[in-house]
Amino acid sequence: MTRRSETLLAFAGAVLIVVLAYAVPWLRFVLTIALAKGLAVLGILLLLRAGQVSFGHALYLALAAYTVAFGALAIPEALLLLPLAAILAGLVGLLIGLFVVRYREIFFGMLNLALSMVFYSVLEKFYALTHGADGIRLPPVTVLGRPLAGESGEWTVLGIALVLALACGALVRVALASPLGEALAGIKTRETRLDFMGVSPKRVLLAAYVASAVMAGFAGAIIALTTRHVTPALSYWTTSGELVFIAILGGAGSVIGPFLGAAAYELTRVYAAATFANAWQMVLGLVLLGVIVFAPGGIWGMIASRRRAA
Amino acid sequence: MAWLSENGILVGLALLDGLSYAAAVFMVAVGLNLVFGVLRVLNVAHGSLYAIGGYAAASIGLFAASLGAPPWLGLPILLAAAVLVGVVLGPLIERLLLRRMQDREPVLQLLVTFALFMILEDLQKLVWGVQPVVFDAPLKWLGTVDVPFGQDAIPFTAYQLYVLPGVALATLAILAYVLRYTLTGRMVVAVTVDREAARAMGIDAAKVTMLTFTVGAGLAALGGALAAPTVSLVPGVGASTIVLSFAVVATAGLGQIEGAAVAALLIGLGRSFAVYVAPEFEVVVPYAIMVAVLLFRPQGLFGVAETRRI
Repeated sequence: MTRRSETLLAFAGAVLIVVLAYAVPWLRFVLTIALAKGLAVLGILLLLRAGQVSFGHALYLALAAYTVAFGALAIPEALLLLPLAAILAGLVGLLIGLFVVRYREIFFGMLNLALSMVFYSVLEKFYALTHGADGIRLPPVTVLGRPLAGESGEWTVLGIALVLALACGALVRVALASPLGEALAGIKTRETRLDFMGVSPKRVLLAAYVASAVMAGFAGAIIALTTRHVTPALSYWTTSGELVFIAILGGAGSVIGPFLGAAAYELTRVYAAATFANAWQMVLGLVLLGVIVFAPGGIWGMIASRRRAA
Repeated sequence: MAWLSENGILVGLALLDGLSYAAAVFMVAVGLNLVFGVLRVLNVAHGSLYAIGGYAAASIGLFAASLGAPPWLGLPILLAAAVLVGVVLGPLIERLLLRRMQDREPVLQLLVTFALFMILEDLQKLVWGVQPVVFDAPLKWLGTVDVPFGQDAIPFTAYQLYVLPGVALATLAILAYVLRYTLTGRMVVAVTVDREAARAMGIDAAKVTMLTFTVGAGLAALGGALAAPTVSLVPGVGASTIVLSFAVVATAGLGQIEGAAVAALLIGLGRSFAVYVAPEFEVVVPYAIMVAVLLFRPQGLFGVAETRRI
């Protein structure tokens, strides 16, 4: 697929989201969450390009969400909180990244998992500070001095999410086509060859890892601003699993995949939870199985192959 | 030493608790490790098998008790329930799901087991509900033992003192013997080391895989069944078990049987001491141990570093 048609598709998608959010008001919430998760999955996509799965990126999601919740007490301005949360996620990502990029595949996945579980239990156990499993309600937040509340607030967050999604999507697209993206793919196939070429696989993976942490940070901040309530569940390993799930569901072939996957996932989840209150997780599991067995390229793969056939 | 004599009973309790806890964790982790060795898939649904084993044992035990079965029957029931779960679910999962995924990307194989985890988790809620299930007949029937510790004596349940570590030790001995000295065990090892070469030598790798997975599933179920009398079963127990077994397996090194025992002991004792000394860190300790070990030995305590292919 050419860059031009992909760009067009992305903007068409953005317009579709706005139209849907206007026509069906309750979808605004679902779509904002989907955009946020899509952002986090974009980071997972970078790592997947290198053949690495992180089962712990919920750590950055939760870190940013709690940064917003705590930060709002001091600076209740969303446009400052968002970058702050993302930068903090990036810094922690750099710190953890320096450690985890030495590992590959299962160890890489599990170390990330372990660290996110440590963070989860810290959030849950230090009740005095975090209110444990009850979580924290977000204090009132403003955007450019105007209170972020009600319908206009919902639109504002959706708008921010949309702009961030388009910007990060474009950046990742450029990055994947650059030497960095090629080197990432090289880690997946034959890492030693990168070494011989004088490229440090660790440094390449670290760059991707920090970028993925920043994007997960944006996602967590948006989720906090949307749900207005943060809980430790944001950092539980099943949340990380969900992100990987969405990456596969959407398809790893294009930067549009994560957002397609996230939208499909959130909608499936909403409908499954409404229809089968006690078995929505099972429905999602069956969907995931179906995708892996019958459509390994994910939703994007299905669209792309149809276009190729036409 | 003053601290030790003052806190003698606490130290003793932590030691005994840690031992019985490590025994249950070992059963699950060693199964996970065995399955990983042969199938090269980290089975996320392994934790669900643990939970189902526990629930099945509790249900059958409570049912038998309601029919007026003598209390000593509790122990064989635990074992029978585990065998039942392993023999029914093991081949089913292996044949219907994992065998089809054998030649696919490792990420997809991992996600298939994640999907299975989601399905089993809800299935378990549908069958057993969300109320805690308690079956402590074997625990009560065996009574308590006074364990001398310094000048004091600690009353401890005989079940946790003898049955749990006993079964774990027996499992370790049987596994080590079978893998080293029997033809079947040698075939399992051969497939673990090099699947292709093993097949070239006439080993039926598919059969070995099926057998290994069934044994692994049975061990997970046995871990759950054995733990059932000491804990109350609630939804989510599968999720926390799987992350803990991951930690044990990573600390031990992938594919290591004796290593799993050492790592389980290390993590079990570490965790139970944390319970008495700093309860907030109870959940953190296993991962802290794992990270500390991996920092110095990236391949795990007993793991063998893989040679890099060019």
